[in-house]
Amino acid sequence: MTGTAQIEACSIDRKFGTFSALSGVSLSLGEGEFLSLLGPSGSGKSTFLSIIGGYDAPTSGKLLFEGRDITATPAKERGFGMVFQGYALFPHLTVAENIAFPLKVQKRPRAAIRDRVAEMVEMTGLSGHEKKKPAALSGGQQQRVALARALAYEPRVLLLDEPFSALDRNLRTQMQEELRRLHRDLGTTFVFVTHDQEEALALSSRIAIFNHGQLQQIGRPEEIYEAPANRFTAEFLGDINILTLDSAGGGICGTPIVLPGNAVPTGGHLAMRPEHMRLAAGSDGNQLPVRLRDRVYLGPKSRLMLETRGGEELMLYVENDALLPQLAAGSELHVAWDARHSFFL
Amino acid sequence: MRPFLVLICPVLLLLGLSYLLPFLGIMRLSFTDPVPGLAQYRTVAEDPLILSVIWRTLRICAIVTAVSVAAAYVVTLLWVRGRPLTRSIVELCIMIPFWISVLSRAFGWLSFLSNRGLLNTWLKDAGLIETSLQMTRNEFAIIVGMSHYLIPFAVFPLATAMRNLDERTLIAAEGMGASRLRIFWQVFLPMTASGILGATLLVFVFSVGFFVTPALLGGGQSVMVAELIYLWIFQTPKWGLAAAMSVILMLGVGSILVLLMRRYGRIAQ
Repeated sequence: MTGTAQIEACSIDRKFGTFSALSGVSLSLGEGEFLSLLGPSGSGKSTFLSIIGGYDAPTSGKLLFEGRDITATPAKERGFGMVFQGYALFPHLTVAENIAFPLKVQKRPRAAIRDRVAEMVEMTGLSGHEKKKPAALSGGQQQRVALARALAYEPRVLLLDEPFSALDRNLRTQMQEELRRLHRDLGTTFVFVTHDQEEALALSSRIAIFNHGQLQQIGRPEEIYEAPANRFTAEFLGDINILTLDSAGGGICGTPIVLPGNAVPTGGHLAMRPEHMRLAAGSDGNQLPVRLRDRVYLGPKSRLMLETRGGEELMLYVENDALLPQLAAGSELHVAWDARHSFFL
Repeated sequence: MRPFLVLICPVLLLLGLSYLLPFLGIMRLSFTDPVPGLAQYRTVAEDPLILSVIWRTLRICAIVTAVSVAAAYVVTLLWVRGRPLTRSIVELCIMIPFWISVLSRAFGWLSFLSNRGLLNTWLKDAGLIETSLQMTRNEFAIIVGMSHYLIPFAVFPLATAMRNLDERTLIAAEGMGASRLRIFWQVFLPMTASGILGATLLVFVFSVGFFVTPALLGGGQSVMVAELIYLWIFQTPKWGLAAAMSVILMLGVGSILVLLMRRYGRIAQ
């Protein structure tokens, strides 16, 4: 976080009848941050974005912008940029006219509008397409027009509602790169809604995880990934192995385990990311006997589906060059991991 | 032959027998009765009386189309975007006229607008006028009657366009600070242009061939093309002239349709 908070949400609630879309969401956002709101569909992330933008009003709670209460301020007076899901471009206007629309609304001088549109076209790589209608553009180009239109009037905050959900994988990666560059160059605060965890990890300075209308955790991508606050966050972001600890002795199915931080817990769960586990060779670190249930070939690596003696499932990836070809379903193996990479859930 | 062609055959046969064949007969009549050649067409193109009827028809139809589409736009706006209660009321007002025959509606207007009709009586009772206003047996009555009949037809293409409009563009425009007036003129109206075009075409094409309403409400004073054709067929035996007029009407309407669809087909998609 840089400096003091630019946007502050204080216990925001949003109810639709009896359904609670958001409950008690509080977070603060520094100027120039790139915050991703991440969660499954129906988790309240889009509702929260709408509330920040002024397109929806909270049932209770307060929203501050630079210390001012803007809870009741309509969207048009907040002056934030917004990229809508599906882009919401004006189909009857050309690219240039779409970008110029908010500038004309602000009654800027004609020459200034022309210069600014040219600048935005250049910045978003739309040169040569100025006179085309949105329908004549590809998905990626439409996306750029939406970005250019939202950024044309130099908003302090840019809100993006699943902007890449309609793009194919390659284009997505490319647009993510461009969005990072825009964010770096402009220094505008970006708030970005997505349900794609990889996208959130790759783009954000911080991620806010939503589920059932509640903020589960907010933090830098590596904090959230490596130290998830709860089981939902751990399972939602990336792959995770969760093993039940014996109620006494701190082992797993009778096998003694070294726990993180020299803790001596009774019961509970121990979690670790698959990339921190390996097939044990010899007698290193924590070792757990497992049985191979299935092996999924993925090109450069394989995913091994394993089962502990207690019947709990876990998985890990192995490089295919190191993989012994005789690994077949039913093989008895040992997995190993470093205690520092495991955590309690 | 593909199976669907076999299945569609009866319809093609019916259309051929009931529409195409008689139309070819009309075509033949227009070139042969009473004298072979183009004499009938020349009469239509040269007779000042006939030309004035054609001109009046075009003028009335243009006005009726403009009035109907404009009124239908407002009605559709209320129907599609109004509050639930407004919507139900408007929906009823659109649907009910469909169940009333064109004849009853024309008589309805006649009794409402005539010299001793409801409207004149009310105006006199209110002391607004001394003598009755002439509101029937003229173009005003025709325009009122035809527009009333055609508004519901204009509503449906407009409703489709308004329903297909992406709500988010309006929200986006509002979020960018645009006033309601600007949103309407620069976003909503152009985005429903396809509906306006569809409604205009539909209403104009319908109105050109109108017969009952102009005949009753015009009272023989403001004859339109369809009524003229009727007169030539049933009152004065000028079948060749009637046939020529029909062919011209048909080709005229057809070419307007083709031209407009070529020009605006892209928008309509």
